[in-house]
Amino acid sequence: MNDKLSGSVVVIGGGISGMLSALDLANSGYYVYLVEKGPSIGGVMAQLDKTFPTNDCAM
Amino acid sequence: MSQVTDVKGEKGNFQVEILKKPRYIDVDLCVGCGACAEKCPGKFDDGYNADLQKRTAVYVEYPQAVPLKYAINPDVCLKLTKDKCGTCADVCPANAIDYTQTQELITLDAGSIIYSPGFKPFDPSRFDNYQYANFPNVVTSMEFERLLSATGPTMGHVTTLPKLPAKPKKKKDKLLAQKRKDPKKIAWFQCVGSRDVNKCDNAYCSSVCCMYAVKEAMIAKEHAGGDLDCSIFFMDMRTPGKEFEKYYQNAKDKHGINFIRSRVHSVTEDGDTHDLNIRYVDEMGQIVDDTYDMIVLSIGLEISEETKAMADKLGIDLTPSGFAKTDSFEPVSTTRDGIYVAGVFNNPKDIPESVLDASAAASAAGDALSSARDTMTKAVEKIKEINVVGERPRIGAFICDCGSNIKGVVDCEAVTEYAKTLPYVEFADEAMYACSQDAQAKMVEFIKEKKLNRIVLAACTPKTHEPLFQETLANAGLNKYLFEMTNIRNHNSWVHKNNPEIATQKAKDLLRMAVAKAALSEPLKEEKINVNDTVMVVGGGLAGMTSAKSLAAQGYSVHIVEKKDQLGGEAHKLFKTAQGEDVGEKLNHLIEQVKASKNITVHCNTTLESADGFVGNFKSILKTNDDESTLEYGIAVLATGAKGSVPDEYEYGNDDRIITSLDLDKMFKENDPKLDDLKSVVFIQCVGSRQPDRPYCSRVCCTHSVDNAIELKKRNPDHDVFIIYRDIRTYGERELLYKKARELGVIFIRYDVDKKPVVSIVDGKLMIRLTDHVLNQPIEIQADLLTLASAIVPRRDERLANFFKVPLNDEGFFVEKHAKLGPAEFATAGVYVCGSGHYPKPVNEAVTQGRAAASRALTLLAKKDSLYTSGIIAMVDPNQCSECGVCVSICPYCAPSFATGGRFEGKAEVNAVLCKGCGLCVASCRSGALHLKGFDTNQIFSQIFALGEVV
Repeated sequence: MNDKLSGSVVVIGGGISGMLSALDLANSGYYVYLVEKGPSIGGVMAQLDKTFPTNDCAM
Repeated sequence: MSQVTDVKGEKGNFQVEILKKPRYIDVDLCVGCGACAEKCPGKFDDGYNADLQKRTAVYVEYPQAVPLKYAINPDVCLKLTKDKCGTCADVCPANAIDYTQTQELITLDAGSIIYSPGFKPFDPSRFDNYQYANFPNVVTSMEFERLLSATGPTMGHVTTLPKLPAKPKKKKDKLLAQKRKDPKKIAWFQCVGSRDVNKCDNAYCSSVCCMYAVKEAMIAKEHAGGDLDCSIFFMDMRTPGKEFEKYYQNAKDKHGINFIRSRVHSVTEDGDTHDLNIRYVDEMGQIVDDTYDMIVLSIGLEISEETKAMADKLGIDLTPSGFAKTDSFEPVSTTRDGIYVAGVFNNPKDIPESVLDASAAASAAGDALSSARDTMTKAVEKIKEINVVGERPRIGAFICDCGSNIKGVVDCEAVTEYAKTLPYVEFADEAMYACSQDAQAKMVEFIKEKKLNRIVLAACTPKTHEPLFQETLANAGLNKYLFEMTNIRNHNSWVHKNNPEIATQKAKDLLRMAVAKAALSEPLKEEKINVNDTVMVVGGGLAGMTSAKSLAAQGYSVHIVEKKDQLGGEAHKLFKTAQGEDVGEKLNHLIEQVKASKNITVHCNTTLESADGFVGNFKSILKTNDDESTLEYGIAVLATGAKGSVPDEYEYGNDDRIITSLDLDKMFKENDPKLDDLKSVVFIQCVGSRQPDRPYCSRVCCTHSVDNAIELKKRNPDHDVFIIYRDIRTYGERELLYKKARELGVIFIRYDVDKKPVVSIVDGKLMIRLTDHVLNQPIEIQADLLTLASAIVPRRDERLANFFKVPLNDEGFFVEKHAKLGPAEFATAGVYVCGSGHYPKPVNEAVTQGRAAASRALTLLAKKDSLYTSGIIAMVDPNQCSECGVCVSICPYCAPSFATGGRFEGKAEVNAVLCKGCGLCVASCRSGALHLKGFDTNQIFSQIFALGEVV
């Protein structure tokens, strides 16, 4: 199996988890395909106003 | 715009079939100007704003969307549905509209797959008792979130009847609009669609709603003013995260938010005013009637049918609640080899935990492919830098229209003409969108053709766009620090919309200042950082070993420093995980793996005696028994854990029938025969937690006690088992254990912190006295065994914290880089954190954080050969330095120090790697010896003087 081991990863879902998984992998030397069904990435976190417990802006 | 339709293959070599849906917009051409949406007649629900308003058929989801490219919804576009309209194509200045696009099917090869589909907010429409579907002032928490947001439909103004269009056109809407008012009383109902098997099938706890309700109430009060009456109706207040309990207490004590422990039965509406009447039973058993202007339903997180169907296609198993099934020791691996999971689909969780999941999944996905690392990625080609030192400045000034964003207000043509008159400006040009690809290409051409050696751009904010243009400069062979950007949009055209003349004048002023500064800019050098790729992990518990194992799998040499004589840490004391796995067995397996790894060196009985250096270049003295050795390494992972506290109340220590949770685990592990003789067992929760001297919640104890109570009931159903608690905090699917315990007959009795139970030993009998919360009567329980759920306390290792210049919070836990986005790393570069030293956590979360720390460390190790400091750092002119030492003491990063040798011995010098370019030392230097490169005093003064010049 190893001789055809692929150095790429497919990440399905472009919310906060998917985006950061993709970033970590890309920065570690893997090619990443990030698949998102909507027209932009960001997920639910982008809809939130502030975040607990620091009340930082979610955007 | 893509969806996975099929997955074939196996770990290491999957073929993922993807359906790419058409966007009907050419993303290479679209500049995101919004001219299309201005004229678009099609409308549909704006999902980003929780459907509180409509959006046009051609849309971007929200102003900050990435990519900032429009898309057309084919279901409502008049051109695509009826072949009418076509206005967007007519008005698009970039010719980006393409109605002919079709969907395509592509297949991607992938070694690993990460599935992070997220959740669906629960739809409460089907609950007839809360009447969400019928009463306009009953809203969901997601809708309320949008009402609070400055980018929401009401621009952050909380109002009743929120579902009205912002500009009502219909007569009915107009009449309703007159009834709109600022709410004076708002109620939150918790557990809507969570912890409920009567009205929906979601038995689990959604983990985040208690905290977000507290947040929404606090922010609502902030927006509406202090007299807004906010009440949260709850069953158990679940705030078991880091800093969460304090947040909850502050909401109660400082912000005056009411917390009412009651499940509201039903809501009725005054048809005329739309006010909402509720009836509930308070803690004293009294029926209360009250009226609110608005009710917010704290809806839970749910896994959509679409996600479940996809999981089926991927061939991964789900839990009964629909979440991905994972193992506590491999918490991001699904049941199918090679497919990993992150986020809420891997059990309900908040943002920092999702972030940890993300890095952990990346680490797991990467470990499986380590031999193929770097085979698919490409290195960016570097263009040789032109030396411009000593050359006369030849400035190129570019003015961006930003579509109509700037040009709609500022006379950009006049500003461009003005630019040409400024000193050293050789060339000036106006661009419709300077950030678009073609404009960038043109900029490179101009730099080469006109031999420009400084670039000034008047456009939007450098915060988002400076790196892009710096890259453009580098592509043209210019040092990226020869770029100067001034913001004539956010600081000008947006705020002076009604004064175009003044705005144009201000744009000229800002440009003149930028040009003055740019004329004095010099190319800056970024120092290369050499990275020693050895890793030191401090602490050989679960989190530390997990981190070490992952980094070793990626081929790095790891040293584990453990002060005890064996690996495994506190986990040795645990019996079972919340999922029922035998901790001892799995822990030993992990220890064997770590010991067998050729890349891991374990130092037991070893303490850390010192740590010097900085990212990539650390050096420590290790002390094993009495022998000292030196270790050089580039990355440190601090996984020092926490421990169970020793209770100082409830007669602990005075009777051997009074034990801690870990003692009970030990009895289970050893199968102690005493367990069979028990008739009555009592657990007391929050022993040493959630009280003034230790305000945090220890997170794990509720689940631990509930789990142990179930174990006792399983051994002997006739045991009487009582859990005396304050709030049961079995978050996520741990709630199912709480439910099971109740079904098995475990009795839960609640107490208040100011009315703690009293333990006494009377005539050899162990008695516990307290007030029953239902009967409101004192009761007495005789116990054969009393288990105290004692707090988990940090090691508060100040020495270690000082070694690596990392902070501890008031309670003694390590403070991570960012509560949300950097939960496994420190602000100190090259130092990472995991395990209970960060905050108490159960097995699966410790393993997740261990993996996450490894993943974060790997991103740094992978850049080993291309790690550079910033060019913007402080430097010392030793001839001016008076050796006063203010810079040395003021720097938060310990970058300046006194030179210990050479020509300038005793003078201050700045370590380029440690310096963050904050400028604190520069401002504090009385001799004027310190300079901040890129922001030197003469540059700042030139800007100020340029401002004063009369045009």
